[in-house]
Amino acid sequence: MQMNEPDVHFHGGRATGPVILDLRHISLSFGGVKALTDISFDVRQHEIRAIIGPNGAGKSSMLNVINGVYRPQQGEIIYRGQHRKNMDCYGAAKSGIARTFQNIALFKGMTVLDNIMTGRNLKMTSNFLLQALYWGPARREEIAHRRKCEEIIDFLEIQHIRKTPVGRLPYGLQKRVELGRALAAEPEILLLDEPMAGMNVEEKQDMCRFILDVNDQFGTTIVLIEHDMGVVMDISDRVVVLDYGCKIGDGTPDEVRANPDVIRAYLGDAGGH
Amino acid sequence: MQTQATTFPRRLLEHARERPGHSAYREKYLGIWQSWTWAQVNDEVRALACGLAALGFERGMRLAIIGDNRPRLYWSMLAAQCLGGVPVPLYQDAPAADMAYVLENAGIHFAIVEDQEQVDKLLELQALYPGITQIVFDDERGMRHYRQPGLMSFSRLQEAGRAWDSAHPGFYDAAIEAGQGSDHAVILYTSGTTGKPKGVCQTHTALLAAGSGGVAFEKLTERENVLSYLPMAWVGDCLFSFAQALVAGFTVNCPESGETVMTDLREIGPTYYFAPPRIFENMLTQVMIRMEDAGTIKRAMFHRFMAVARRCGADLLDGRPVPLGDRLAYALGQVLVYGPLKNVLGFSRVKVAYTAGAAIGPDLFRFYRSIGVNLKQFYGSTETCAYICLQPDGQIKFDSVGMPAPGVDVRLAENGEVLVKSPTLMEGYYQRPDATAEAIDAQGFFHTGDAGVFDTDGHLRIIDRAADVGKLNHGAIFAPNYIENKLKFFPFIKEAVAFGDGRDMVCAFLNIDLEAVGNWAERRGLAYSGYTDLAAHEQTYALMQECVEQVNADLAGEALMGHTQIHRFLVLHKELDPDDDELTRTRKVRRKFIADKYAVLIDALYGGKASQFITTQVKFEDGRSGVVSADVRIADCRTFPVVTNAAA
Repeated sequence: MQMNEPDVHFHGGRATGPVILDLRHISLSFGGVKALTDISFDVRQHEIRAIIGPNGAGKSSMLNVINGVYRPQQGEIIYRGQHRKNMDCYGAAKSGIARTFQNIALFKGMTVLDNIMTGRNLKMTSNFLLQALYWGPARREEIAHRRKCEEIIDFLEIQHIRKTPVGRLPYGLQKRVELGRALAAEPEILLLDEPMAGMNVEEKQDMCRFILDVNDQFGTTIVLIEHDMGVVMDISDRVVVLDYGCKIGDGTPDEVRANPDVIRAYLGDAGGH
Repeated sequence: MQTQATTFPRRLLEHARERPGHSAYREKYLGIWQSWTWAQVNDEVRALACGLAALGFERGMRLAIIGDNRPRLYWSMLAAQCLGGVPVPLYQDAPAADMAYVLENAGIHFAIVEDQEQVDKLLELQALYPGITQIVFDDERGMRHYRQPGLMSFSRLQEAGRAWDSAHPGFYDAAIEAGQGSDHAVILYTSGTTGKPKGVCQTHTALLAAGSGGVAFEKLTERENVLSYLPMAWVGDCLFSFAQALVAGFTVNCPESGETVMTDLREIGPTYYFAPPRIFENMLTQVMIRMEDAGTIKRAMFHRFMAVARRCGADLLDGRPVPLGDRLAYALGQVLVYGPLKNVLGFSRVKVAYTAGAAIGPDLFRFYRSIGVNLKQFYGSTETCAYICLQPDGQIKFDSVGMPAPGVDVRLAENGEVLVKSPTLMEGYYQRPDATAEAIDAQGFFHTGDAGVFDTDGHLRIIDRAADVGKLNHGAIFAPNYIENKLKFFPFIKEAVAFGDGRDMVCAFLNIDLEAVGNWAERRGLAYSGYTDLAAHEQTYALMQECVEQVNADLAGEALMGHTQIHRFLVLHKELDPDDDELTRTRKVRRKFIADKYAVLIDALYGGKASQFITTQVKFEDGRSGVVSADVRIADCRTFPVVTNAAA
């Protein structure tokens, strides 16, 4: 049986496109605590962009600014050519930004399939009543969405847990399901908050492969936060380094690795992690 | 099921003509069972065969087939046969070096494989064996960046085949017409318990004979459903999912993935099922674990009705007289327990289930038969198309493999070795006349290498490998497999290796079953960090000791085996693993290899030591290696006086 890939624009090799997300002079504070100070960086289409930094550097805050959970006091966001003071969650999701969370945020009592189906929510157009009756257009729509979800299940190789409630699954698989739910939204930009935290070597390898495959086959742009430096350096095109809410480095993995500020703040004193 | 067809491709044409709309293959894809009728299969095979022809595949060439059970891979077997070629299915989880040996031995240039993983493996081993020039892959996922020459997707091959077909009308039918029954239908490589794998050449005539024999014996029809999930390289799958399916025309169902087999089994509800004892054992273990966790009422109901089933279930199945009270109790149990249980296991529609490949525990065997699953054993080997002995309905014994199948002549050599003459016997090992001459004697009898005895009813009982049967220093016959099987019948023991040939007493290595012992430990609140830790636990040793002593008591009751009771044992610090070469791919113990690898432990067993420190290299699934070390404790156990008058 041939794999039916969803509509994909093929971009061979590791070529990346134009800038689709540009963050300019973002500052965010909670009362007196400055979480982010004057941070600027951009994300190019189809690239894998990593955000790294020690604990409390402001990485998750940065993701939260991107998909509108936090509203920065200063700065602007340019997404697909549109200038915005800030994003809002619904608008971000609607315009093609999906994410996973550092602490898994799935519906524990629902099956894997149902969880992934929730990722299709914004794509559903038939009304609630028709959906409840599973009738007419709603039925056709549901079948189409189910097919999409099945493609994702096949892609992530989780057929064997399709009907298992998520709460019963081990951590590594839950992470995979969460990725599946984000993919179900067919995002343009996928934000991954520590997708490999708490995983063993094999699970990390699997996850790396899935991230690269998503990037390659669906052409999805990926912004990820990760602690495992080996992983970051292996799979990212460019890396932003944050420390105490400030940007201290930005560039290719090799450039970042050679940056003395980064070595001091992150790689050096921290014990060569 | 009568057929005049002398080759499998001809049989395919018959099916396409006689039952074009009947489902031949099913596979679950994107959560939905897709099916192909015989007519569609014929079209697919036709396009494929023509595609291969377009690539230059010729009569007599061999085609490697590597991957999980997929309809497309079964069609590839047929396509090769259509062209007069020989399919060579390989074990899909074999490491590249093992594969290279087989590919080189069989002189293979063409391969049809399942996915990227197998393609990578073949590309990697092109360094070892550059002969592989054409690789066709089924699943296109991850393959878009591959630019190597000689690489092609299955769909593109079929496209090319359709073009070739219209350019060469009549080619396909002529190619099939040119096939003879005496052509090789398949080459299956033996698992290599001893030495390098040997290619067993089976002709169409022999494989068809084995297929028809089984179909007639069990009265199988085209309405059967099988789930094919065992390695295609293994003779059992070749017989059940290929030969018998093509003889009878029944439906072969391929699971969605290796992990979903149990779910798929339940959804398909096969009418005809095969599994090695290990899988039946796993299922039973799962049931028992889940019953332990069930509510009090359910558990009480389960145990009550299982007692009824034990008392009369097997008799009912065999059609023996059973008192009315028991019949009624069993009928009630059928509604409340056995029916739902069989449904959960996917056995609701099973007409006959087979097991073979290893000895099956009496409890395990009785369990399935008592809930109404017609579980049988058979005996065979790759060299005989897995067709030597079968158990007729109503004459099922757990310790025998049944009577010689129709058309098969079975004799015992003086040393107890089973000799077989049969129309299903192989033509020979591929390009190994020396090995062939060793295996088949001048009278045409194949030496199976198994030691067996006939019981009073004429049923054959296999006790061990003839080569493994040895002697203790005081003269008693030592059949290690026999002892190991008795040990392995305990759900807590996963593997066992017994030593004793040329020694004063019998000692054994054990592997605990991590799932069963883990569950047992959990219920007792024992904390452990992993296999090594649990295996060394004092209470685990106590549990193992109980098992071993029970085996000793059992052995003491048998005059022939009574002197081979186990005196000392240890629980290995790591699980025996095919990746570490300790087991074959079919999970048979590689006795000599283990004896060499763990020589220090054996010395400690026979040297009277109480423990022994050992460090062992292990290979992980991804090919990296690590080290496990532990202080392995050695336990002594009780032996029992042998009952000498039990000779009868």
